[in-house]
Order: sequence, then structure tokens, then C-alpha cells
Amino acid sequence: MAKILDKLRYKCAMSAMSTVQAIEGAIPILHSGPGCAQKLSNSAGNSGHYSPNIFPCTSINERDVVFGGEKKLRSTIAHSLKVLDAELFIVLTGCTAEIVGDTVAEVVEEFKDAEKPVLFASTPGFKGNTYRGHEWVIDAIVDQYLEPVPEAEKDPLLVNVWADVPYQDEFWAGNYRELERLLRAIGLKPNVIFGIHRGVKNIKKIPRAGFNLLISPWVGLENVQRMQKKFGTPFLHWPTLPIGAFETSKFLRAVAAFTGIDQAAVERYIEEREAEYYAYIERFADIFLETRAMSRRFSVVADAQYALAITKFLVNDMGRLPARQYIIDDTPKEYQDTIRGYFKDLNYQIEADVAFTVDGYKIHEDIKNTDYHGYPLILGSYWEKELAQETDAHFVNVSWPVNERLVINGYYAGYAGGLRLLEDIYSVVRTRFN
Amino acid sequence: MAIQLNLSDIGTRESRLGSITGYAGDLRDLAQRSACGTLRGCSRCFSQSSTCLSACALSQLSGIRDVAVVHHGPAGCATTGTQSYRVTKQVAKKRGIVNHTVYIGTDMNEEDTIFGAGEKLADIVRTTYRRYHPKAIFVASSCASGVIGEDIDSIVEDLREEIPVPLAAVHCEGFKSRIWATGFDISDHAVLTSIVQPPKKRRNTINFKNFYESARPEIIRIFAEFGVEPVFLYANATVEELSHLSEARATVSICGTLGNYLGTALEQEYGVPYVRTINPLGVTGFETWLRAIGKAIGEEEKVEAYIQRERKKYLPKIEAVKKDLKGLRCVIGMGPGYTFEVSRVLQELGMEVAWGAAWHYDKQYDNGKVPPSMDYLLKHGQNFKASVADQQNFEILNILNREQPDLYLSRHPGSTVWAIKQGFPALFVADEYMIFGYKGTLDFAYEVLNAIRNRSFEKNLAAHVKLPYTKWWYDQQVDTFLEKPTGKPASAQQSAEA
Repeated sequence: MAKILDKLRYKCAMSAMSTVQAIEGAIPILHSGPGCAQKLSNSAGNSGHYSPNIFPCTSINERDVVFGGEKKLRSTIAHSLKVLDAELFIVLTGCTAEIVGDTVAEVVEEFKDAEKPVLFASTPGFKGNTYRGHEWVIDAIVDQYLEPVPEAEKDPLLVNVWADVPYQDEFWAGNYRELERLLRAIGLKPNVIFGIHRGVKNIKKIPRAGFNLLISPWVGLENVQRMQKKFGTPFLHWPTLPIGAFETSKFLRAVAAFTGIDQAAVERYIEEREAEYYAYIERFADIFLETRAMSRRFSVVADAQYALAITKFLVNDMGRLPARQYIIDDTPKEYQDTIRGYFKDLNYQIEADVAFTVDGYKIHEDIKNTDYHGYPLILGSYWEKELAQETDAHFVNVSWPVNERLVINGYYAGYAGGLRLLEDIYSVVRTRFN
Repeated sequence: MAIQLNLSDIGTRESRLGSITGYAGDLRDLAQRSACGTLRGCSRCFSQSSTCLSACALSQLSGIRDVAVVHHGPAGCATTGTQSYRVTKQVAKKRGIVNHTVYIGTDMNEEDTIFGAGEKLADIVRTTYRRYHPKAIFVASSCASGVIGEDIDSIVEDLREEIPVPLAAVHCEGFKSRIWATGFDISDHAVLTSIVQPPKKRRNTINFKNFYESARPEIIRIFAEFGVEPVFLYANATVEELSHLSEARATVSICGTLGNYLGTALEQEYGVPYVRTINPLGVTGFETWLRAIGKAIGEEEKVEAYIQRERKKYLPKIEAVKKDLKGLRCVIGMGPGYTFEVSRVLQELGMEVAWGAAWHYDKQYDNGKVPPSMDYLLKHGQNFKASVADQQNFEILNILNREQPDLYLSRHPGSTVWAIKQGFPALFVADEYMIFGYKGTLDFAYEVLNAIRNRSFEKNLAAHVKLPYTKWWYDQQVDTFLEKPTGKPASAQQSAEA
């Protein structure tokens, strides 16, 4: 049922076009109104090989609402194949096409022998939000594009990695690269489909993987379950995007245990990276400790992925205390209890209280009424900037919408990512003396 | 046809003004066909994403100070609110004020598309009022709420009884029009029907329609010389200011596409003269516009004195830079207001317009006349290759490839970047005041010069970029996918010939 979206934190399922955009060689074909792409592309990084104004679009009009838009869709797909130099086309449907009942699957089916693959994902805005749309695109790829391979052709060290939702998480590009580096360092062969020089060629490797690694509290769980069913690929569900040494080492050990790779080699790598990490922490520990302008309590306002990842980092690595954490991704009910449990699994039996809500007004009122016993630290979306001013908080914009900062390939994942997050936090803290 | 303020919804530009989004040819042919009514069949059998009219309508309205927009649709529609929130905060901060406007979504889901969500919408509007006490509330539709027939007019009508501020139903389904400028008209209509009051007394003000007020201090200074005060619309305008628009001495606009509906309606309903000239871009534009304002407010002498004084200051400097610009060949891709305005300025500065692409074309404005910028070019014997496309990027890149210009100029995000990927210098003429007045014209001339002087960025980038279009497309004519009046696409005719 409709609900108040006061301070928008996610877009609609149609923003799955950004997931397609993150796959090199793939381009969405939109069966939608003319402006959905322009609206839904307001994260930074939109002038890549295919940008939203390159996406073919049927630009549904009033006549199509009355008579149906199948003819226009057929013509748009046919001409897309000629005009655009792409390897994979994915038709996405918007609200109007779905409500008026266009038979999109049938039109797409007519292109099954086309020179390039044409897939279809139903992504009307009313059916779900950004996170669901992302999952439905992956499902479409698994269902329509990939076939199981014989066991003998599988590579036990090849691992498909699923973590951030591209563009919704503006650190996606850097995070995926860092996760790859970590996995490669412990002897695995990471396979990521998002980002530069990955794309369609890596999609083709998906069925050959020894396992799927899902690093996310809930987004993508249905995808890896589906792949287990279709390709027989087992999966490791690791809910926490690892930030900083404590969580990253834990993560690497868990992956090593799951795959049965050489534990001793993994320990050697961890030792080396932790030594480096804590050498930096040691050099700057005075900055982290000796400030007059910060309490130890913090709140994160973000999707489940970032709320959990940052809470774990600040508590388990940096010794901070969580005030209430706010999860704004409209997490489906069935996952909420499990996710609450993750926030209770912190060092020293510390537990973080979690609120699942999409109503920004209530979040702001709640934070205003919370005593942080000093200047709070708020990591959230651009909406929290104003709130931070009102509450004397330190503020870092980590979740969508991200404005007034630019992320190119910056990342918070891993050992180096933890240091980067500290740079961002303390660049703010240091603007104040007291 | 006259503007009808007694109706909640308005016709699109296509239906009201015969506006089009598809054409390729030249300026004179475009004008002739417009006049004789043969300009039809302008849709495409292949197109790329452009812009939603609701983004134009609601970003205008959410710029108004301390109001609320409630956008009834799935979450994605309300994304406009995240963008306008940032812009609003930043432009308000620049001006030293605080703007508390909020933009609320209703997160319509599948169930709502079947059963409707009217009651829930009413609740959300009530909650919005309770939380923020906005000075006005705009309740807007989307494709989804529009297609299922959600009756926002009745919902708003009922809420008027309990909420003591102006409320307007804003009909902005994205599928209504391919011309996003229809959204400007929709926002004007909402302001006119819900906020503007009949005049009680004349004020010494001029309604100044613009986007983001960047030249505000300068314009206040200029107008003070003529004894009038500008009221800038809509960014940062207060509801109180808007309620008095009917009492102004005149309405002017920085862009004909933007200001036409409001200006015409205020003239028609309340007798506020709308200054319809070419825009104040370039020397000719600025002087023509100022003189018309002088005439409208009866201050010709003061205007003339200003012009003569400023001419002495700037014209020698403009003349000096012109010699470096002489003969540069430009391609322009902008809204129709700016395409034909900027073409005039480029020629004024000694440059050549190789191709002018307008994102749409209004055969006429709401007063039934040809837009002044086009009229000026025709009367001065200008002609150049021209096309109309709702920002169809594949056509722009094809044009650039054909024309190999020295410079591409565009005003809309996401266009100039493609020119530089093809190796052409490009200038993003984003700010509506970028070529305003003498000083703006001088600055613009130097910006052009700077853009072509150092081509390192585009050359470096172009050398490392693979373009998204096939060679096949670059070999086609620009109008390949335009449907001809017969209904057959040109490409079909071509392949039949082949």
C-alpha cells in the first residue's frame, strides 16, 4: 500500500537500468515514458560508454496507453540492434506498459534468433524498489541467458561475487575492485560482472563458478538461491560488507573455511595486511582519540548493507558505541528479524538497536530526541546534512542520495577501505576545535 | 486558443501549439511547413530516452519557497525531489535565505494500481501539512496514478475544506507529451489557478521568469535604474509574492519556452503586459528586450541612457574578441528558445551556425504568433541546417560527425559530453544568464575562445573512447527514423530502394 516517502532513499524497480549500465557491453531498452531514465540516473558517473540518454526508449505516449505499445517496442528493439554497438540487450518495462498490459515477453521472444541476445525483466516502478529491480535483472540473466555446465567444467576456485547495488551505492565500482583484490590475494579467482573490463564476458563464466559469494544482508539472496537451483552452485552468504581490519580478516577466514583453500596462506596474508593497517592506525590514533569535538556514539542512516557494515566497523574496529541505526531500504519483512540479529552480534555483547523505516521525518525526529552525550556522528544520505547542522553532529554522506562529494573509484571495503572511511570521518571532525 | 484557467488540466504543447519533436531540413523550410500546416508525422520508429515533463513541472514548483509537492506515484517518480532539494538548498544559501520546501513521494505499489490509493494520498497530504505547515501544496500525478484514473482533482477539492493553504492538483503524467516544456506550462497553470489573486493595486514590480536567479543582483541593479523591482520566479519566490503576480507592471522571461504560458495568461486575465521579444542574450537581444521593457513601463529614456552608457563600456571589448572567433563553425543542441537565440548571438559574434538542433519546435506561442527568436532569424534572412529532436543523442552525434564543427554548444546535461567523446570541443551553456547582457556576451565570447584554445581534454578522451553507435548508424541520414507523413519510416523506404 502507498506510504509516505518523506526524504526519498531509494528509487523504483526501473532503476534496474543502472544495474544493466554497470555491466560492460550490456544496454537496457526501456519500454517506458520518455523521462524515466533521466530521472533515475541521478547518481554520479553517468557519462560512461552507455549513458541514460543513450538507452533506447519507446517513449510511451497517450496513443500507446490506449492502443498498446507493442508495435513501438518491436520497432525500438529491431533498430536498437542496428544502431547500438552492444553485446547484450535487456528490455525493462515501466509502469505504463505493465498497467496497460503490453505482452512484452512475447515481443522479446520474437528476437530470440537475433544476432545479439535480447532479454527481458519486468521492472515497473510500482512492483518494487531499486533493490528489487536489481535482483530481477540478475534473475533475468540467470533464467534467460545462462545454461548449466557439466560439473567437470566447473572451477572450484572461481567465485562469483555479489555485493553492492551499482549506482544506488556510489562506492560500488571501488568496492567490487577491492573485494576482488582481497579474494585474489588468498588464492581465489573472483568473477564480478560489474565495472570496467568485466561485463558480458564475466556473465558467461557464472555457471562455471565453484561457488557464489553474496556479501549483503538480504539483497541478492534470491539470486544466489536461484543459481544454486539452476547451476548447482553452492553459496556463502556473508551479510557484512567488510570494512576495516577486524571485519575483513574475519571475512577472509570465513571464505577460506568455506572453500577449503590453504588456511596458512590466508593467515599469512591477514598478518601482513593487519600489520600495515595497524601501523597506520597507530600513527593516527592520537587524532582518533584526542579530539574534544566528538562523542563515541553514532548512527547510520543507510540501506541494510551500509548500516550493518559501518556499525560493525565502528564498534568492532574503532571501539565506538552504536545509538539507534536506521535501515531505509524497505527491507522485506521476512528478512528483518535475521538482520536485527546481525546487529546483536558485536564485540563485548554490545547490541545495536535497529529501526526499519522509510519515513525520513520520523528518523530525523528520533535522532533529534536522542542524547548522544556529546557531538554525534551521523553517517547517512544527503538528507542528513541539514539534520546534522541542527544537532551539531559530524556528518558524512555515505548513502544515496550522495551530493556535494564525488566518488570516482573510492571504496570503503577491506583494509584500505576502512582507512578511507576514517579519512572521510576525521576530515569532518577536524573542521571543529571544540 | 485562449488559456483556460477554469480547467484543472491543460493541453500539451503538441495539442495547443502544434509543437513537434521531429524534423530535419533547414530553418526556412521548417518555417514554411509550419506556416502551411504540412509539418506532420514527426514521431520516430526508434528513439532514445529524453526527459519527463513532470521533472520540469515539479522542479519548478518545488523551487518555490516553503511549499510542499506530493508526487503520487512509485518511488522513482519522486527522484526529482532529491535533485531539486539540493539545488534549492544551494541557491537559497547563495541568496542568504532558507527554503523549507519539501518533496514527498507516495511509493505506490502494485496493490495501489489495482484498488487505487486515493485515501492514502489524502492522508499523506494531511501528514505533510501537519509536519511542515507549507504555504501551498501541489498534489501531482504520475504515469501510474494517471493511467489507473486516480481522481486527484476530487481529492484536492475535498482537502481544501480542511487545509487552509492553496492546494493544486498538478496533472503531469509523463506519457502525455514528449515535450518536457509542457511541464513548465503545467507548473504555471498550477500557480495561476491556485495562488495568483486578482489585482487589488498596481505594484512597481516586474515578474521575471527565470530558472535559478544567478544574475539576480545585476538585474536588481539594472531595473532600479528604471525605477522598478524584479520579482524572480519560481526559485526562492514566496507564495505571497506569487499571489501578487497580477499586480505587476509587466512580465518578462529569460527564455520564451519557459515564460510563454505565464506571461500570456497574466496578460489575458489581468492585463499585465508580457514583453515578447527576442531574449536578452547577445547585444541585439539585450537591447531589443530592454527597449521593450522601457516601452511597457513607460521608461524609454532611462533605458536608452543605460544602453548608451553600457555600450561604451563593453562594445569595444566585444569587438576586440570577435576577431578571434571569426568563422568558427558551430553546432547547437538546445531547447527551441535557446537554439534560435544562441544562433543569433553566434552570428553576431562572427561565428557560423552549421546546424541548429532544437529539442522541440513551437510553431507558435500561446498568443498564436511565431516565437520571436525564429521570427527574427527569418526576417534577417538567416538560414542554416536545422533539426528538431527531443534530445535524441544518436542524431546529434550523427550531425557532429557530418559537420565536423569547431564547437558544439548545448544547454542540457548529458549532451556536450558526447561531443567531446567524438573529439569536438564543446561548451555547456547551462546557466540561463550565461550570455545575458553586454558583460555576459563578453564572458561568453571568452568562454568560446577558451573552449577551442585548449583541446587537450577532448582529444585525450576521444583517443581512449569507443563510441556506442555502429558504423552503420553513422552512414545513415539524420532523419532515417523519422516517420514521414505516409506513415512509413524513411529507413524502410531506403532499404526498399537498396
